[in-house]
Amino acid sequence: MPIGDVLPEISLTLGAVVIVLFAAFTRQQHHHWAAVLALLTIALCVVLTLAQWSGPPRLTFSGVWALDGVAISSKLVVLIAGALVVAMSPEWMRTDRRHGEYYALVLFALLGVIMMASASDTMELVLGVLLSSVASYPLAAYHRGWAPALEAGMKYFLIGALTNALLTIGVVVVFGLTGNTGYPEIAQGFAEGSDNLALTIATASIVLGLTFKLAAFPAHAWMPDVAQGSPAPAAAFLTVIPKIGAAVALARFVSILPPDVAWRAIVAMISVTTMTLGNVAALRQTDVRRLLGWSSVSQSGYALMAIVVMGASEQALSALVFFLASYAIANLAAFAVVTHLRGRTALDDYQGLARKVPIAAMILIASLLSLVGIPPLIGFFGKFMLFSVTIEGGYTWLAFVAAANTVISLFYYLRIAALMMFSGARPIVHVLLGQWARSTMVVAGLLLIVGGLGVETLMIFTDSIRFAL
Amino acid sequence: MILTATLGLPMLGALVIAVSRRWTETTARLFAVGVSLLPVFLLAWAWLQFDTQGALFQFVEEVPWVPSLGMGYRLGVDGIALAVATMSALVFSASIAYPVDTQNQPRQYYAWMLFLQSVSLGVFLALDLLLFYVFFDLSLVGMFFLIGRWGHGQAQLAAFKFFLYTFCGSLLLLLAIIGLYLSVEPHTFDMRVLIEQQPLAGGGVAAGLVFLALMIGFAIKTPIVPVHTWLPQAHVDAPGPASAVLAGVLLKMGTYGIIRIPYSMMGETFARYALIIALFAVASILYGAFVALGQRNLKRRIAYTSINHMGYTVLGIAVAGALIQDTEYARELALVGATVEMVAHGLITGALFLICGSFWQRTQEYDLDSYGGLLRQAPLLTAFTVLASFASLGLPGLAGFVAEFHIFAGTFDVYPWLAVIGVLGILVTASLFLQMLQKLFFGTLPQRWAHFEDLHAVEWGVLAVLSAGFVIIGIAPEFLLTLIEASATLLVGGP
Repeated sequence: MPIGDVLPEISLTLGAVVIVLFAAFTRQQHHHWAAVLALLTIALCVVLTLAQWSGPPRLTFSGVWALDGVAISSKLVVLIAGALVVAMSPEWMRTDRRHGEYYALVLFALLGVIMMASASDTMELVLGVLLSSVASYPLAAYHRGWAPALEAGMKYFLIGALTNALLTIGVVVVFGLTGNTGYPEIAQGFAEGSDNLALTIATASIVLGLTFKLAAFPAHAWMPDVAQGSPAPAAAFLTVIPKIGAAVALARFVSILPPDVAWRAIVAMISVTTMTLGNVAALRQTDVRRLLGWSSVSQSGYALMAIVVMGASEQALSALVFFLASYAIANLAAFAVVTHLRGRTALDDYQGLARKVPIAAMILIASLLSLVGIPPLIGFFGKFMLFSVTIEGGYTWLAFVAAANTVISLFYYLRIAALMMFSGARPIVHVLLGQWARSTMVVAGLLLIVGGLGVETLMIFTDSIRFAL
Repeated sequence: MILTATLGLPMLGALVIAVSRRWTETTARLFAVGVSLLPVFLLAWAWLQFDTQGALFQFVEEVPWVPSLGMGYRLGVDGIALAVATMSALVFSASIAYPVDTQNQPRQYYAWMLFLQSVSLGVFLALDLLLFYVFFDLSLVGMFFLIGRWGHGQAQLAAFKFFLYTFCGSLLLLLAIIGLYLSVEPHTFDMRVLIEQQPLAGGGVAAGLVFLALMIGFAIKTPIVPVHTWLPQAHVDAPGPASAVLAGVLLKMGTYGIIRIPYSMMGETFARYALIIALFAVASILYGAFVALGQRNLKRRIAYTSINHMGYTVLGIAVAGALIQDTEYARELALVGATVEMVAHGLITGALFLICGSFWQRTQEYDLDSYGGLLRQAPLLTAFTVLASFASLGLPGLAGFVAEFHIFAGTFDVYPWLAVIGVLGILVTASLFLQMLQKLFFGTLPQRWAHFEDLHAVEWGVLAVLSAGFVIIGIAPEFLLTLIEASATLLVGGP
């Protein structure tokens, strides 16, 4: 068994186990050391992942596990995003009795997302989706004494249960059609021809199952509630990280479909609906976290554009991963600010914040502008690459729709910026004491700018990546 | 290095002001004025060094930024860019020096102004399409915060409208830029390569779409009727100096962009649609003039004359791009005229908006009917307003005339009947300015303005500098014309 190929994942698992044990045997006030342990685990995992970088794209473990540029680069994005989430959490979670276990759940959820991104086998995919879901439900409802958090967790769970079941059905049908679970064999089976109706059902079920993790239409409904109700660091996690794995998994799955399944059209329709719905719904929100949740829905729609033109444009996968990375940084920066401000959520409470906490306000504005795609922030390059591959792939109309959506999105992002900058109110601002959330916020804010200016360095990791298949 | 310094120094200055918590308003202001003058001197020096017989783009600097995308930090100027950039730098210095109520946030105000100066100059100095877009977008951000924070009336609404509306244009521009980028092999954003290769020549849907997106993007910024509707409100609610910058500099990004991108890079497609563009330009000229005539709000009136004047510029560019046989000389005249119009309009309208700012500082009132008889009360104000108004309506001996003469001389040769219609605009402009002067300065002084103060030393000093600019261009335009002609000949002669 090529154990070396899954060393990063093994290290994550072991780290999570160690954290659970550590949390069980130490006092609550020492639980922030669990965050340090989690960060060390992630760092180790990053190092081990980088060590896999130089190898050729390949499938290991009898073809169920992909080790290719897409998997590795998205793994790095997931891990770094996970590190930011861990780093913004300790002060928020300090008063929680189960502070330490939180980090273990985060690591397990990371592992699930990584499995999604690397799965080259439908069973492996189901495992990844389930692991990340199971670890995420408690994250959403971590403050179990607080009704909105419970509601968010409940919605997340119900929609998740439904879509995970659909996913499994789809996988079973594919197995029935081809007699296989591995992607290469499935692709071969499809190429030899198969029952069209069954194939359509299978495709629809699997795509639906993945839209849940992606927070894309039609399984997006949990996103705004989770963004609003769950603990702010958990919301940061759930609005960003599952998306990355799900997008890559979706890309990997549709790439093996036979050409007569009109998957480009299907994904394009989901993309358009998702971005439009997310943006229109965000327009009238009066709650910043809910607004960020809807904006996160719309960003999924943009990400899907790259999947639409996969194969038609050489750089589509690079654009996908790069966009997800830029989105992750911007959204995490925004949530880091919200966390730093102790989860301040009503839009009106943001009035005049720029005078009281100028740095937090500037970072929040920068992150919102990055989500819009204002240069030279990193979000601009993400959007630029998306637009570029979409036009190159012959979907100019999709790029126009996305551009129109971007204008709509500018409106609600600006509302937050304007309230903070232009209002003369002098609110009383409580921030989290301590340096964890604050420094995470600053680091994420710097990444927005440094990532934009040094974008060439980041592109090394996404340039000319492709699937092993 | 000279162009990098031109951009970099104001940006550095903005950062310094932003972090210097202890500075008083006076210190911040003096520092900002000092820093904002540096680009003026640097560009003037570049002007003296500019070789009118040399290559199209000079002072070229190139540093790879994102080589895997073909994007680089590329700067360089031709005569047109240099003239417009120098004017812009000057308008910025004047606006920064002009007294304004900074509402207890002087550092932020001056930092944003310097930031805006840096990125606006960047638009004119960039030789890389994506870098151009970066600066183009950042100028929106800067202006958004200036209007929203230091504006009056419905400032936030105006700022929103401005940003959203012009951002629509930006995004179309981005899509078009991507279209151009994908049409050359290897993909690059280098303007020199694109100008040389003339991508998408030979028509086709792609060329039409890219061209349309570019033109709509720039038309919104310019603005050309019918996509001008963001302009009046943005102007009315912006603080005086920001209006001066908006009219003097930001609008030029639209027309400069038309010259730099669709005109230079897609000459053939541009020629195919030149007549349509010219028709839109004439519509802007007439619409802007007539609507301005109907305004009773001082600032709104001047805002609409901007639409009228930018119409002249676009007309000049359209004429220059019409590839009609044996009209090279006329087309060159028109292009020179369009550029001079940009410079002249920047200085003149900049001055007029600063004057509006002075009115607002004193009275918080823009209604023309509420004024009268200010001539005795404020002779200096009267003198500068009259001078700027005459320059704006195209009186010979002042800069506006030089520009409009060139444009119409060129147009007569190419589209004679459009020139005839367009000239009507000048007539209307003349009457609207004369009427405005009469309402403001003649007649009886209303009681409520009995204590109206005349211009302070700083105010008239700044106005004197701007006025000197458009008077000199009016009397001895040679220094400007040779610079612009050097590039216009290359652009018109060899598509």
